[in-house]
Order: sequence, then C-alpha cells, then structure tokens
Amino acid sequence: MGRYVIRRLLQMIPVFIGATLLIFLMVNVMGDPIAGLCGERQCDPATAAQLRSQFGLDKPVWQQYATYMGHVFTGDFGTAFNGQKVTELMGTAFPITIRLTIVAIVFEIIIGITLGVITGLRRGRPVDSGVLLLTLVVISVPTFVTGLIVQLLLGVKWNVISPSVSTAAPLGELIVPGLVLASVSLAYVTRLTRTSIAENNRSDYVRTAIAKGLPRHRVITRHLLRNSLIPVITFIGTDIGALMGGAIVTERIFNIHGVGYQLYQGILRQNTQTVVGFVTILVIIFLLANLLVDVLYAVLDPRIRYA
Amino acid sequence: MTIIEETSSVPTPRSGDSDTTPLLEVRDLHVEFHTRDGVAKAVNGVNYSVSSGETLAVLGESGSGKSVTAQAIMGILDMPPGSIPQGQILYRGQDMLTMSYEERRKIRGRKIAMIFQDALSSLNPVLSVGYQLGEMYRVHEGLSRKAAKAKAIELMERVNIPAAKARVNDYPHQFSGGMRQRIMIAMALALEPDLIIADEPTTALDVTVQAQVMDLLADLQREFNMGLILITHDLGVVADVADKIAVMYAGRIVETAPVHELYKRPAHPYTRGLLDSIPRLDQKGQELYAIKGLPPNLLKIPAGCAFNPRCPKAQDICRTDVPVLDPVTEQDGTELPGRGSACHFWKETIHG
Repeated sequence: MGRYVIRRLLQMIPVFIGATLLIFLMVNVMGDPIAGLCGERQCDPATAAQLRSQFGLDKPVWQQYATYMGHVFTGDFGTAFNGQKVTELMGTAFPITIRLTIVAIVFEIIIGITLGVITGLRRGRPVDSGVLLLTLVVISVPTFVTGLIVQLLLGVKWNVISPSVSTAAPLGELIVPGLVLASVSLAYVTRLTRTSIAENNRSDYVRTAIAKGLPRHRVITRHLLRNSLIPVITFIGTDIGALMGGAIVTERIFNIHGVGYQLYQGILRQNTQTVVGFVTILVIIFLLANLLVDVLYAVLDPRIRYA
Repeated sequence: MTIIEETSSVPTPRSGDSDTTPLLEVRDLHVEFHTRDGVAKAVNGVNYSVSSGETLAVLGESGSGKSVTAQAIMGILDMPPGSIPQGQILYRGQDMLTMSYEERRKIRGRKIAMIFQDALSSLNPVLSVGYQLGEMYRVHEGLSRKAAKAKAIELMERVNIPAAKARVNDYPHQFSGGMRQRIMIAMALALEPDLIIADEPTTALDVTVQAQVMDLLADLQREFNMGLILITHDLGVVADVADKIAVMYAGRIVETAPVHELYKRPAHPYTRGLLDSIPRLDQKGQELYAIKGLPPNLLKIPAGCAFNPRCPKAQDICRTDVPVLDPVTEQDGTELPGRGSACHFWKETIHG
C-alpha cells in the first residue's frame, strides 16, 4: 500500500506540470494582460512596454512559464490585480470555499445516501417514483436557476436568510448556499445509491444474512450498505474537487468571497498569476482527492489490493 | 394436488427419535410468482416431513420447485413477486407462516439453518469469515466480539479448516471452493440447529471435494442428531446419505420412497427416466438414455399430469386428469411403507 501511494504521488508530477502549462497557455491566449492594468482606458505605448519588460512579458511563453514555475516552487505565486499577494488571497479564499464544500459534502452524504437507501429498498413504490422524479428535476435545472430562486424566496421574500453572505462567511450563513451547491450532486448520489442498493439487495450474501436470522437493520447497515457504498464513495471523492472549483456560480449568487469569486475576478482582470495560482492548487486538491478515493476503495473492499 | 397419505409412516429415523410430531412438516404448500407474463406456479401443493436425525433428499431438475420450497421454509422468498396463497409450514407443530417477522427471525439460523449452493457469492465479500461466523453468536447469543471470534475459530476447526486461528481474519475470496463451502456449513452449524436445509451444497465443487463435503455434512448431522433436507439433482450424492427421497417435477412431488427402494424399483416414469440417464460402466459403448423434451414452462403447466408431454407411457387420461400421490403397494396388496407415486400407471411402472 505504501509503495502504491508513493507511485501515485510521483504520477501526480507530470499531471501537475501538464495541467499548469495548459492553463498558462490558455490564459495567455485570452488577451493582453497589460490592457487590463490600465482600467478602461487604452494604455500609453511607452508605459505598456515598460510594464511588459517589468513583468517579463516580452520574453517567449515557455520562458515565462519556466520563470513562473520557479517562483511557484519557492512559494511565490505573484501578485493579484489589486497589488495583494496571491498567497494572501488564497489564505482568505480557500478556508471559505473549504467550509462551503464541507457543508455541501455533508448534505450529499446525509440526504443523498439516506434517500438512496430508502428508495433502493422500496423500488417501484410511490416514495421511489416521487424521489426519482424530484432528482430528475434537480438535475435538469441549472444551479444558477436553483440558486437565484432560493435566494429570491428565502432571502428576499420570506427573509429567512440574508440574501448575501458576509465577508467572514461563518458556517451558519453557508448552509443554504451549501445546499444549492450540493443539489445536483446530491441528486446523483441519491440515484447512484438507489441503484447500488437495489442491485445488492437481491444478492446471495444478503439472502444469507437474512437466513442467518440477523435483524433487518443489521442486514442493511452491515451487509448491504457497506457493499453498496463503494461506487458512491468514488463519486463523492471526485466531487470534492469539482465542488471546490465549480462553486463559481454559487459564490457569485450569494456573494461569497471564496475561490470561485477570486477566480472570476482574475479572469475578468486578465490576471495570469491569480488564475494560474488558484487553478494549480485546485488541480492538486483534485489529484489528492482522487488518491484518497483509491486508498479508501482498498479499505472498503478487501478484494482490491495495491502492490 | 399431491398428498402424502401418512407422513408418520415413513422409515424410522436413524437415531430412533420417539417424538410423534415431526420436526418440520410442509403441508399442501403453494408458491406463486407474479411476473409480467403471468403467474408462475413454482410450487403446487407439496407435502413432506423431516424428523430429527433424518435425511430427506429432494430431487428434481432445475425449476422443479425444490429450492423455492426450501426458501419458503426459511422465509427468504422475495415477496413480492413471490407469494404463498395456501399451505402450512409446521415447525414442531407451529405454523411458521402465521408467525410474526420477529418470531420467524429467531428461528432462522438458530433452529433452522441453510447451506447455499455457491459459497463465493453467498458469503459477504467485504467481511472476514471470522466476522461472518461470529455474527451468529453475537446476534443470537449476545456474545462479545472477542468471545465470538474464539467461537468462530472453534467452528472452523470443527469443519476441518487447517490453520483456523491464522485464517480467521481472511476474506472469502482468499479460500478455495471446498474451504468456502466448509465455512458455509460451519455457519449453518454454529448454533447447533434442529434442522439444516442444504440447497445443492456440492454443485459448485469438483468431485473429490464433493465427497469430502458430503461426508463432513453427514458426520456432523449424526453427531448433532439434526434433521437434514438435502436438495440436489445428483442421484449419486443422494444414495450415500439420504434416508428417504422425494422426487419433484413442476412444483409437485411425483414420487416418495425410502432411498434404496427408489433405486431398485422406481414407481414413476420420471424417476425411471432419471435413473436410466445415469451413466453406467456395464453399459459402456451404448447410447445414454435421456428424458426427451424440456421441463415445463411454469406459466403454462400442461393439463393433466405435468410430465405427460415427455412421458413414454402417456395415455389419454394423463392429458386430462392430474394424478394424486397414491400409496404404492406390492402386487398382492401389501403396503410398502413410505412409498407413493403420482402416476396413473404406477402399478405398471413398478411391477411391469
């Protein structure tokens, strides 16, 4: 197992380099970074040239990339459009987004798996059809629609929550945005769990467990659920990465100053450092989450052994 | 509908149990499955009984209803689509079909245990065998995790698994087929039940291991004086261990007999066909007999005797009247205890 983890960590290096290079190139294609610095007005050609050589933008792209990566490895992610260090920006943005992601994941696990188990065990009954229809609606409606409706109803009309989250973004204020962020994944988790439970419920070992005279709840929790959760955990694991980067829409709607918000600002101002820096960290998180899923896989299913 | 006239007149059990009520008695059991294409009648009025220390072999092709009957006894039928429209399953005189879920659960595993055919899929792949064996003690006897594991090791030793102590934490996939089936047997034996139902326990094993597993099962049965229902389609396995045989076809019992009588003189054309299709060394080089046709579709069981389309002796009456399970007698009318045949022409079959 140890060797496997090390091998996987080493495999992350080329993926990391490839991903960052790709992002670096894409941001470069987006347009002239200097143009954004002068605000609305056209830049003075002399100033632009000076800025260009100051930032090293007159050098070839591969050289720019090499310089950037050199800085990254010494912990210098550059400065953002407002003169703040990107690392400082990360320091405030990531804790908020992590909090939001945790809220979303907890919703996925508790609501998604519970609904999945209930519907899986009652396949074809009204509860099952009802939940199935509901998940279909949730999946087909885009997050920004769900988010805006929730904000409008709960925040503006009924005043249950405040429509925008404060800068500090405490956990309490993130519950509704977290639910919005989780909604689509939650529906997928429900469907995945349902199928898995329904399939395993007919398996021979569940029949054996019943024939052993085990109480119903023990059959479900010890025998059925453990086997059924393997694909669900894979999904939730990969979803951690997706939720952290994909919170842009939700963070915009509820004005949460997290990773999505900063990324959006970075793209808007064509600030290479911010975008590449944040995305780099997101790539690492995504890779680590995947590794965690694979390790967890072996823990849950003893038939899988990594050498 | 088939009826065994006198269930208590079957041969005396090996250990001479004096109890008059049998351990388990199935009376006129019907099981149906409601499918999209119609109602599949899997079991149509089965009667049989088992006493302590006795082995009943239930013989039949796939789809003859032998496994479904066993599942109905265990209470592990999928309901729906399955349903039991009529019949009784008496355990020590009490009808299990009218018991509450909890009452039945307490009988399962503790009083009546089951051994399944495919041990690999019947054992939970993600739990260690020690855990799965120990679970019996933890749930039914409230033992601690540690005490249960010790008991599990004991059990594994009893079914002759080498290095039981070292292997107790292994998972099912790490065992060979024969060892896995031993674990299944150990699990059924854990609480020393009164009755064990073995559903084709050796089908998935190779021949040498088959004999070992059957011997083990027979030894343990004698040791604990348990009743045993052995479901199989292997006539060779039956001859060695069974006391009496019930042959099933299309959800009915077509013939019952003490084990050796059946082999000597079958009283039903279907049983005769089964016996004739066993390869024999002294008939080397000749063509092997096979029963013509296919087992009937349970959605459309033929009118009259269900076997009539495949029967070499079928007459007009076979296509109209359902034969009942009549007691079989000698030519002079002497009763043959425990024998019955559901054939209009049993006399010709046995004496002809």
